Amino acid sequence: MTVISTEKDLDALTLTLVAEFEADVEAVWQVWEDPRKLERWWGPPTWPATFERHEFVARGQTRYYMTGPDGDKAHGWWAIVAIDAPRRLELDDGFADENGEPDQSPAMRMVVTLDRTAPGTRMTVVTTFVSVQQLEKNVEMGMEEGMRLALGQIDALLTDA
Amino acid sequence: MVVRTEDDQALDRIFHALADGTRRDIVTRVVRQEQSVSELAHRYAMSFAAVQKHVAVLERAALVTKERRGKQQIVHGQLRTVRRAAQLLDQYEELWRQRADRIGNILAEDT
Repeated sequence: MTVISTEKDLDALTLTLVAEFEADVEAVWQVWEDPRKLERWWGPPTWPATFERHEFVARGQTRYYMTGPDGDKAHGWWAIVAIDAPRRLELDDGFADENGEPDQSPAMRMVVTLDRTAPGTRMTVVTTFVSVQQLEKNVEMGMEEGMRLALGQIDALLTDA
Repeated sequence: MVVRTEDDQALDRIFHALADGTRRDIVTRVVRQEQSVSELAHRYAMSFAAVQKHVAVLERAALVTKERRGKQQIVHGQLRTVRRAAQLLDQYEELWRQRADRIGNILAEDT
């Protein structure tokens, strides 16, 4: 089971997420390094992500897009700031225009650290926001999934009744 | 495309307004109890004009409202706006919880 704690700092505009996985550090590192694995978790099921470019090295560039329920595409990019495999990853994540190139909106910074623990690996992700559009846009895409889940629950209630 | 809305700009103003320590302190105070600008000015080691400027930034972000009462300018906190910002972070948190669950599933499948 994934044990999670999260901490929000409204003043500093950061979110810290801690998750524990019963897998070794190398395996958890792979879900970040391998674009085919990354695609399976980065976007919500209703906004799956496709990684077209993924240079997993310092100063490397990543280009991806997420495809919405109506076929709309939202493009994004990463710039790897620092990387220390398989322990630490620091990157900027931003939105891109329809050609996949970074737009003018500021990026958010993510710092991922992996620590070996008794059951496996602890993953800590600290996200720092500089732009609210970015936060809002991410949330909007994630919300679709939240809505779907909520509607699914209502369906289940109706079926039970 | 996700359409940019007026709402985004409003949120930008909220976060910009809350990015400053003095302004956060002012919001915390006036949410608890209304205060006049001069009362607030007494609390900080800065000029009346500087405090007034901070209040103006907060007012534009709809975090406070200002009302003239005689010679006094009374500042009220707008808790609803503060909650809106907190709500947005809550939603982002939920997004990451779901991501972590999906990572957990991938790792469970692959081992």
